[in-house]
Amino acid sequence: MAEEDGVRRRDFINIAAVSAAGVAGVGVVVPLVSQMSASADVLAASSTEVDISAIQPGQAIKAVFRKQPVFVRNLTPEEIKEANKVDVSSLRDPETLAERTKEGKENWLITMGVCTHLGCVPLGAGEGENKGEFGGYFCPCHGSSYDTAARIRKGPAPKNLEVPEYEFTSDTVVKIG
Amino acid sequence: MSFPWANEYKPSHPFMKWMDEKLPLPRLVYNSVGGGYPVPRNLNYFWNFGFLALICLTIQIVTGIVMAMHYAANTAVAFDTIEHTVRDVNWGWLFRYAHANGASAFFVVIYIHIFRGFYYGSYKAPREMVWLLGVVIFLLMMATAFMGYVLPWGQMSFWGAKVITGLFGAIPLVGEPLQQWLLGGFAPDNAALNRFFSLHYLLPFVIVGVVVLHIWALHIPGSSNPTGVEVKTESDTVPFYPYYIAKDGWAVGAFAFLFAAAVFFFPNSLGHPDNYIPANPMSTPAHIVPEWYFWPFYAILRAFTQDFFFIPAKLMGVLAMFGAILVWFFLPWLDKSPVRSGSYRPTYKKFFWFGLIPAMAVLFYCGGAPAAEPYVMFSQIAALYYFAHFLIILPIVSAIEKPLPLPYSITEAVLGKDDGAELAPTA
Amino acid sequence: MARILSILVGLFFTVALLWSFGLGFYTWTTEPAAATAEHEFHLHPKNVHFASDGPFGKFDNQQLQRGFQVYKEVCSACHSLSHVAFRDLEQLGYSEAEVKAIAAGFTVPGTDPNTGESAMVPGSPTDYFPKPFANDIAARAANNNAVPPDLSLMTKARHNGPAYVYSLLTGYRDQPAELLKHFPEAKTPPGLHYNPYFANLNLAMAPPLSGDGQVEYGDGTKSTVDQMAKDVAAFLIWTAEPTLEKRKQTGWAVLGFLLFATILGYMSYRNIWSDKKH
Repeated sequence: MAEEDGVRRRDFINIAAVSAAGVAGVGVVVPLVSQMSASADVLAASSTEVDISAIQPGQAIKAVFRKQPVFVRNLTPEEIKEANKVDVSSLRDPETLAERTKEGKENWLITMGVCTHLGCVPLGAGEGENKGEFGGYFCPCHGSSYDTAARIRKGPAPKNLEVPEYEFTSDTVVKIG
Repeated sequence: MSFPWANEYKPSHPFMKWMDEKLPLPRLVYNSVGGGYPVPRNLNYFWNFGFLALICLTIQIVTGIVMAMHYAANTAVAFDTIEHTVRDVNWGWLFRYAHANGASAFFVVIYIHIFRGFYYGSYKAPREMVWLLGVVIFLLMMATAFMGYVLPWGQMSFWGAKVITGLFGAIPLVGEPLQQWLLGGFAPDNAALNRFFSLHYLLPFVIVGVVVLHIWALHIPGSSNPTGVEVKTESDTVPFYPYYIAKDGWAVGAFAFLFAAAVFFFPNSLGHPDNYIPANPMSTPAHIVPEWYFWPFYAILRAFTQDFFFIPAKLMGVLAMFGAILVWFFLPWLDKSPVRSGSYRPTYKKFFWFGLIPAMAVLFYCGGAPAAEPYVMFSQIAALYYFAHFLIILPIVSAIEKPLPLPYSITEAVLGKDDGAELAPTA
Repeated sequence: MARILSILVGLFFTVALLWSFGLGFYTWTTEPAAATAEHEFHLHPKNVHFASDGPFGKFDNQQLQRGFQVYKEVCSACHSLSHVAFRDLEQLGYSEAEVKAIAAGFTVPGTDPNTGESAMVPGSPTDYFPKPFANDIAARAANNNAVPPDLSLMTKARHNGPAYVYSLLTGYRDQPAELLKHFPEAKTPPGLHYNPYFANLNLAMAPPLSGDGQVEYGDGTKSTVDQMAKDVAAFLIWTAEPTLEKRKQTGWAVLGFLLFATILGYMSYRNIWSDKKH
């Protein structure tokens, strides 16, 4: 009996020692994995302020947010009307224009300039660029077309262009992120 | 493998059986570091340092790959990318300090490993190939460490690169073109930094390759042991697993404790403050020294202060510095003693403890001291002994000294008696 | 044969070393090295304690803020702090808004959004501390031919760095008469300033902390020269290694675990070997 207890105690210590080595291994993995995520300077640079005072109705600009383009678009009344005419339930990613803009600032459509299909930059923000058959944005990589509320209407993209977090810090300045 | 009583790998699980037929990798591991490798039962703690060296190599490769993810080998930004790693990358400071101190830890371990070999005659037949490959690993380590120290592009990096490549300039005729070829220019700059980075990333994997050969060559005769008496019977050995895995395992724990103490609490004490100043090709630091692990050889380099006949002092120093390591290649043939272990070689033992070790200590100290008297004179005497030890004393002493009687076997050395000894013919 | 060759090679190196040693020894005994003023009068940094010292050391944020104030009001006129960003100051206990205000108080190189020309614009938290001089030549021209070094890493870039910074700032004095008596040629040249804590005793930087009350501390601490020197040295410990606290804290956890694991490993080793004499 005593013998058996001794054996069990010994086994326990060996198992404990191997487990400690395992814990150490897991402990080492934590910094190894975490060092690859965004560093402090990258995170700190993840908000951006855009001056929108010079954007006329019908125009759009490309700003940079998190090293990616953001489209800031001043919609014309016709474009707003066009967007509101659509039956939301028929959309692939049902959202109204109002849900995609700030109250009282429905003419300011601010979206990421990153196609939700595979990440190309859609056309339509620059002067004279192809806006696609729905008058919003058109991605030349695989032919996704977005409407005037930057909602996906045709082509392979699964989602509407993403609306980033943003706020109007004044009537002419938008802080994105 | 080499011993008939070695346990045979017997896969029990059907998958392992299938694996063993297709690719017997588990069998290789079992026979190399598992239950299938019989090891002398009497190894002391000096025999843990080979395994620890492997741990160090792993630490350096893993932390090095991480450092390379955040580094840019361009003189304009190299220094800044390291600072960025330390300040802004998650755990970047840990990887930087672990990599820098890991190099030091690796050399501490490897010096003990090498001097274990000197004392116990590990280089002697039948393990000459193990030794030769070991010296190759040491040379590769020195090259890797040197180039790694250049990468942060601090003052010591720059001037180290300049001085060490300057050594090649001492070679007659081809020296100067050779130096320019090494640097890709007249002084260390982008070309040099980029190739050093490339090679610094490559060489560790070359080291891994030579380490595999080193261990392979070791497994042919099997491990040596403190008595230097070869394994005779099964009772002389224990299987590597679990016995030496357990011993190496706890030694790794103790090593990790000391290493962590250095990394977390004294991370800069082995480094040089000047390397926190960005490289400035216009101004040399007052006191340039390489990293501590090069000090003995740096001291030998600086010990030659006078032209010797028609050989310039600078060339003499370079020859001696490289010669000091190259001489290790010849040890298996310079040492004529029939006995391996220093424990049974009374005269050699005295020269080892009262000659070689103090000489190395002096060389270590003087290599880090300024190039001024009396340090130069001390290093001259120590260097003199160093060369005399390997090239004159060892060949003569090993030929004439009368070794102490050896135990019949490892078993006898451990247990005080070996039943096999009575059956064997008296030597 | 191998041995004869080896002994010959050995003799070659040992005789060459003897030759070098002999001549060196002769020179050393006949021509003792001349004493220099640097050798005789250079002083090691004073003993000074900082909150961040030792294995349990932690930054004293109040002190770091005072030190930052000294840097901003005194040092930043000539010395850059190029590895530190304004956002880092949040670690000293400043709020996001305070950091924004501090950053806006500096002008940093940027681009005019309308013309695209380079212009000085107000700093934002993600900017790094601006350099006071456009380049080394401009710095040299403005500072009596000496480039004021960047201070981000100063306390790591000198032996015993924090004490060195403190000692240098408080170490200005007149040249000792004894020095001038023994080394008349070592008289401080015009435009330089005598300071025994500086490696070659004379430096181009005029005493930056000239008198008590030079900086007005917000927390009521009396701003003596000694206090300001200590505060700015503490601040530079932080700029050199903002992760110092985290390093030490992590270190204790790691050491504690490793001690436990090593003891377990040792017990397991004793266990496994208990049936084998060795």
